[in-house]
Amino acid sequence: MPILSYLALPRDGAMDQLCADLSGMEYCEIIPADNQEVVVLVTDTPDDKSEKTLQETLKKIPSLQSLSMTFGHNAEE
Amino acid sequence: MKLDRRSFIKSAAAGSAIAAAGSIFPGISFADWKKQEGASGQLIWKKAPCRFCGTGCGVLVGVSGDRAVAVKGDPNCSVNKGLCCVKGFHVVQALYGKDRIRTAKVRKGNKMVEVPISEALDLIASKIQETISQTGKDSVAMYGSGQWTIPDGYVASKLFKGCLGTNNLEANARLCMASAVTGFMTSFGIDEPMGCYEDIEHADVFVTWGNNMAEMHPVLFSRMLASRKRKGNVTIIDLATRSTRSSQASDKSILFKPSTDLAVANAICYEIIRNDWVNWDFVNKHTTFHKGKTNIGYGTEDHFKFKDAPQGITFEEYKKFLEDYTPEKAERISGVSAMDIKYLASLYGDPTKKVTSFWCMGMNQHVRGTWINNLVYNIHLLTGKISTPGNSPFSLTGQPSACGTVREVGTLTHKLPHGVVMKEEHRKMAAEIWDVPLANIDPKPTYHTVEMFRALDRGDIRFMWIQVTNPMITMPNLNRYRKGALKDDRFIVVSDVYPTPTTDVADVILPAAMWIEQEGMYGNSERRTQHFEQIVPGPGETMSDTWQIIEVARRLGFEKQFPWSEDEYIEKIWEEYRRFHDSPKHNMAPYSLLKKRSGVQWPFVNGKETRWRFNAKYDPACKPGSDFDFYGKKDGKAWIWARPYEPAAESPDDEYNFWLNTGRVIEHWHTGSMTRRVPVLHRAMPESYVEINPEDAMNLGVVNGELVKIISRRGSVTMKASINGRGVPPRGMVFVPFFDESYKINEVTLDAFCPISKQPDYKKCAVRLEKV
Repeated sequence: MPILSYLALPRDGAMDQLCADLSGMEYCEIIPADNQEVVVLVTDTPDDKSEKTLQETLKKIPSLQSLSMTFGHNAEE
Repeated sequence: MKLDRRSFIKSAAAGSAIAAAGSIFPGISFADWKKQEGASGQLIWKKAPCRFCGTGCGVLVGVSGDRAVAVKGDPNCSVNKGLCCVKGFHVVQALYGKDRIRTAKVRKGNKMVEVPISEALDLIASKIQETISQTGKDSVAMYGSGQWTIPDGYVASKLFKGCLGTNNLEANARLCMASAVTGFMTSFGIDEPMGCYEDIEHADVFVTWGNNMAEMHPVLFSRMLASRKRKGNVTIIDLATRSTRSSQASDKSILFKPSTDLAVANAICYEIIRNDWVNWDFVNKHTTFHKGKTNIGYGTEDHFKFKDAPQGITFEEYKKFLEDYTPEKAERISGVSAMDIKYLASLYGDPTKKVTSFWCMGMNQHVRGTWINNLVYNIHLLTGKISTPGNSPFSLTGQPSACGTVREVGTLTHKLPHGVVMKEEHRKMAAEIWDVPLANIDPKPTYHTVEMFRALDRGDIRFMWIQVTNPMITMPNLNRYRKGALKDDRFIVVSDVYPTPTTDVADVILPAAMWIEQEGMYGNSERRTQHFEQIVPGPGETMSDTWQIIEVARRLGFEKQFPWSEDEYIEKIWEEYRRFHDSPKHNMAPYSLLKKRSGVQWPFVNGKETRWRFNAKYDPACKPGSDFDFYGKKDGKAWIWARPYEPAAESPDDEYNFWLNTGRVIEHWHTGSMTRRVPVLHRAMPESYVEINPEDAMNLGVVNGELVKIISRRGSVTMKASINGRGVPPRGMVFVPFFDESYKINEVTLDAFCPISKQPDYKKCAVRLEKV
């Protein structure tokens, strides 16, 4: 049951689109910065399979320039 | 909103990302995050002092719903300024061990049976009445703790001394702080340190006397190291009987043979006088010289009595006395080189250096504990390095309220909240404030702690109520006292939060509220009173120790003395207790102020805390026109004592050829009943061990982790060897931490004590070792 957080940077001019893309995805919560083109993404998936699928999907988002992981936790509950 | 573990981890994940963003994009703002965190009410932060040691660190407890879920250092608390040690950071987890005692239990036959707490309280009250009617008031006793809150100790004293009329009230601080008290009383006529933790930032030199501060008082040790790094010219000297983490971090480590700190301290004074480093102006105006009895015994026999007979002496007589302690003679006694003794004397004697001495159990748990306290004060008095910022002889404490509850409230057999039972004016004050007849308060002290447990074994005491402490781990010569407690016609009540070897001997177990599950106050080492509110509810039928005592007192017919409601009893008790200290020498802060601040130091006079006592610049209790005034003594002068070196009660011989020294480790606090239930602390230090010098281990044929049997004349324990671990004893000594109830090292120790303070010596007895 992994929980991860990332700093997500949008492509030029795509901040609003990135927020819309991420917030519409299952297992994702976002906190956009007010004064910079940066989004905090927190993911909370139920199992490793869902986590792998989510990561594949994230890589394909057109509005996303880069994703840097800042926190990772994975434990059985 | 309730915060579960998963939500907490997600919150931490978001916090990590935001912190990372802050370091990459300076000035970045996440207003939505702050709104979310604030609006959700996920964590509410409330102040409290840490539950564990006597440092008195302020913590902020993060609460979600009814549960304490997080801790951080309180930046508003001047003690720790936002720092915490590893125990402090995990303190809230100690509340939530799986085997918390939630209901009252009563022994029926050979079984402990759960009963409603009211039934248990009824039984306790009736048993007290029955015991007093059959065997007299001095056959009932209460044994409390330096972990009692101030209200706990206050109501215990009021019930036992004021209402029941027995002085059978003691607390476990007798085992850790009594020599500090008698040291203060004999040198200054008044208890508790003159300085404060701010001395750490002012001092140029620190000498730690038998005190492993890196593990026992890590936050204060961190402040020392930070001061050394910042100022660059700070020197730390570790003067001890074994090498520890404190030795490694110090500028110089000096080892002395057990008990010979007495000779070293006298030799330092000899050198100070020989080199004319004496501050004559200070000595002439503010000190007098005294000697007392010598060859004073060790208290190993029942009914041991001792009373000192102080006599005034001249400076010349004192100087003559010190001729037995030239550095060369002291070297032969102590093993400390004459050169090192001269070096120590030069540090204390240098008028340009501010010197602070720290000590704790090494000096206090000592069969001449009062004497060694006196002798370190002598050094500071001869040089006038006292009661000024950075110049401080400083006795630290081991429990969160050893000072606040035991020393200030006076929960010892001879004490009252103000003064002692022997003095009529002090009994009159107590009788008036407590609203009891003067005749109720007995002018004769009864039993100090060791003698109290001997009386329980003999049958002179038949009923004992034990709160917030674990004597079936901590009493020296433990086998005798456990057998005594288990005798058929003894009745033992234990109030605690977890099962312990002490609840194993109980006839009644009361479920106690713990720390922030109740309102209360602690008092730390630097005269700081620290209030905490009830922050979370206790589980099951848990009840504060204060309220347990009030409930029993009312059942005994003392409603008039204990009239308070549950909504306001802590405030009412505090304001009643403050009346005992209504003078510039000891004024306490009002309840309303304690609630607001992260601790307030006494004497609290005209709205101000007193940082340095006895110095007229800082202390309004000093006589007008004086510079220093040691007002605990009638003539305002502190006493310099001629106290000789005398050996320990039991030293190694051909049969038992090793010293046994006991103590603590950083991960665990006292008997481990709380910290061993904190998973991260337990995993870090899962069991106790015996430290052996590598050469001794080689001679025994023992390697790390192999089992060794430690045998004394009183008992034996078998445990794993630790060789070149975090602590290394010198050849001929072993060291065992006492936190682990699986290895009851106090079955091996000796119940010898300082004849003046009655504090046992846990640092010195003779053992032999066998490879298992």
